[in-house]
Amino acid sequence: MSWADILQILPQQLVFGLALGTVYGLIALGYTMVYGILFMINFAHGEIFMIGAYLGWWVFALLLQAKVGGLHPAWVLPLMLVHAMVGAGILGVCLERFAYRPLYLRGATRLGPLISAVGASIFLQNAVMLTQGARMKVYMTSLLFPWSWRIQVAGVSISALVLVMTASAILMMWGLHLLVQRTTLGRSIRAVAEDREMAAIMGVNVRRVIAATFFLGSALGGAGGVLVGLYYTQIDFFMGYSAGLKAFTAAVLGGIGNIHGAMLGGIVLGLVESLAVTFINPAYKDVVAFAILILTLVFRPSGILGESVPESEKV
Amino acid sequence: MTAPGWERRAAWGLGVLAVVAPIVAPNDYWIGVMARICLYATLALGLNIVVGFAGLLDLGYVAFFGIGSYVYAFLASPHFDVHLPFPLALLVTTVVTGISGILIGAPTLRLRGDYLAIVTLGFGEITYLLLINGDRPINITNGTNGILSIDRPALAGLVATRNMDYYYLFLLFLGLTLLVSVRLRDSRIGWAWQAIREDELAARAMGINTTVAKLQAFAMGASFAGIGGSFLASWQRSVFPENFLFTESINILAMVILGGAGNLLGVVLGATLLVALPEVFREFQAYRLLVFGLLLMVLMIFRPQGLLSFQGRREAESDTAEAPDEVTEARA
Repeated sequence: MSWADILQILPQQLVFGLALGTVYGLIALGYTMVYGILFMINFAHGEIFMIGAYLGWWVFALLLQAKVGGLHPAWVLPLMLVHAMVGAGILGVCLERFAYRPLYLRGATRLGPLISAVGASIFLQNAVMLTQGARMKVYMTSLLFPWSWRIQVAGVSISALVLVMTASAILMMWGLHLLVQRTTLGRSIRAVAEDREMAAIMGVNVRRVIAATFFLGSALGGAGGVLVGLYYTQIDFFMGYSAGLKAFTAAVLGGIGNIHGAMLGGIVLGLVESLAVTFINPAYKDVVAFAILILTLVFRPSGILGESVPESEKV
Repeated sequence: MTAPGWERRAAWGLGVLAVVAPIVAPNDYWIGVMARICLYATLALGLNIVVGFAGLLDLGYVAFFGIGSYVYAFLASPHFDVHLPFPLALLVTTVVTGISGILIGAPTLRLRGDYLAIVTLGFGEITYLLLINGDRPINITNGTNGILSIDRPALAGLVATRNMDYYYLFLLFLGLTLLVSVRLRDSRIGWAWQAIREDELAARAMGINTTVAKLQAFAMGASFAGIGGSFLASWQRSVFPENFLFTESINILAMVILGGAGNLLGVVLGATLLVALPEVFREFQAYRLLVFGLLLMVLMIFRPQGLLSFQGRREAESDTAEAPDEVTEARA
């Protein structure tokens, strides 16, 4: 490819990267919130994202099967999102209750919960494979967002889907920001993240706050699943693995435990990936993402915006 | 460690049993299964050095398995038309894989437990992606097609052809790696690893060079994977990137955790169970990973120290106030 060709496709790729990056950020929030409060990597978050994608697909498939007329994204997309978010949120709460709570109540640190989370991730993956089949499911995105719905900005063609996807991701992030900064629940979450014992003394129901954090993070992950499903148009039981790793990369890149960092990290990762696709080789896209993860962890483990973890937990 | 007399007697008993079994019951299929058990036990013992002894959670151990298999394949196949004799190829592979352990281990030295896990996982993924894309622009790994027609192990005119030959070869090396593991565990290096596992800060304060000790753990663990990789390549007589997926890392990790990280007989038991059980329950093959995942969760909740570990009891006796598994898990 000549430089002229590259320069021609670069803006287009950057738009894709930005759109995908906001969704990475959305998924990354789940990692970062749980890490901020429990200091554990919820390795199964990628699977929650994947199950969210299946839940959204299921709603859409049911609507198609029932031959409901007037399928318009204005009501179908919110329906899919709400369904996926509630389902994924409940799943996240169950995961916390059965796989993690017995461990952190006992005071287990680091490795125990991580191995348990890896187990949960493998379990969920295979449960979906066994019940839904190993073959991929197809999102009929073109029925919701016809190809003709697109706008031209400075020679770059942006589809309605990409716009809606980015807008919903940003809207949800903004909602989370308000929730964490302005509400009582948000204040409790921040208090528990700061000092769990002190928060408990001040009358915060710590277990409920942790469960609520899992619900919120998982719900956002589930919404991310629907958006990614619509974007790539096909989903399978294994999609959570690499998406989860990328979202985790985004969380680390922005500074783990830091909610704004997760959003920034997602966008940076999405842009870097699109640059890698343009300038290096699409086959090495994931290598670049993982290399960023490793380089960040090795050279600046606190991420771009700095991690938001109390001093007592820093070793 | 705890009950050395009991441990030694059990090891000798199992060793004799393993040597006689194929002669008493010459069933080719089960000898093949036993050869696989030996192969995976060798790998699990290698991972045990990193996870069990030094307490560093490595989620990308399969990278070393893959590197070992491919290095052996490069050295003994028509791919580059190099055909080193088996002992030499095995030696070179072990050394090269050990060095790769140092190279991958070096950047991770400063990382905390769970970050280390993620970085090793990233390295595992990168290794897989490099193996699969390594056929362009220069063909090194032959991409998804893998490397075929790898040489059989041969020594002094004896060529391994039957499963029985491979079994005794693998068993011999399993015995050697067990011996090396025991000697390492009871050496100064082993003590340093265990000190790091219990408390890295305290270990450093006691004058242990934690950097060197961790690199030694990575190098030893990786070199065992080099042996395992050579065996896989020479037995399967072909290697493909698909042999070295993340699930394989988890498989080997589950062997270490199931038996009891740090406990050598436990690790061998874990490998035996996790290779043999799917064979016994063939019809439930599809549920294998599902059960794996559940097993890891249940184990972490009810018996985090593994099936055959005495550590939990010892800790509980010495200090009941502390959570029993707090100490077995490396914090730093």
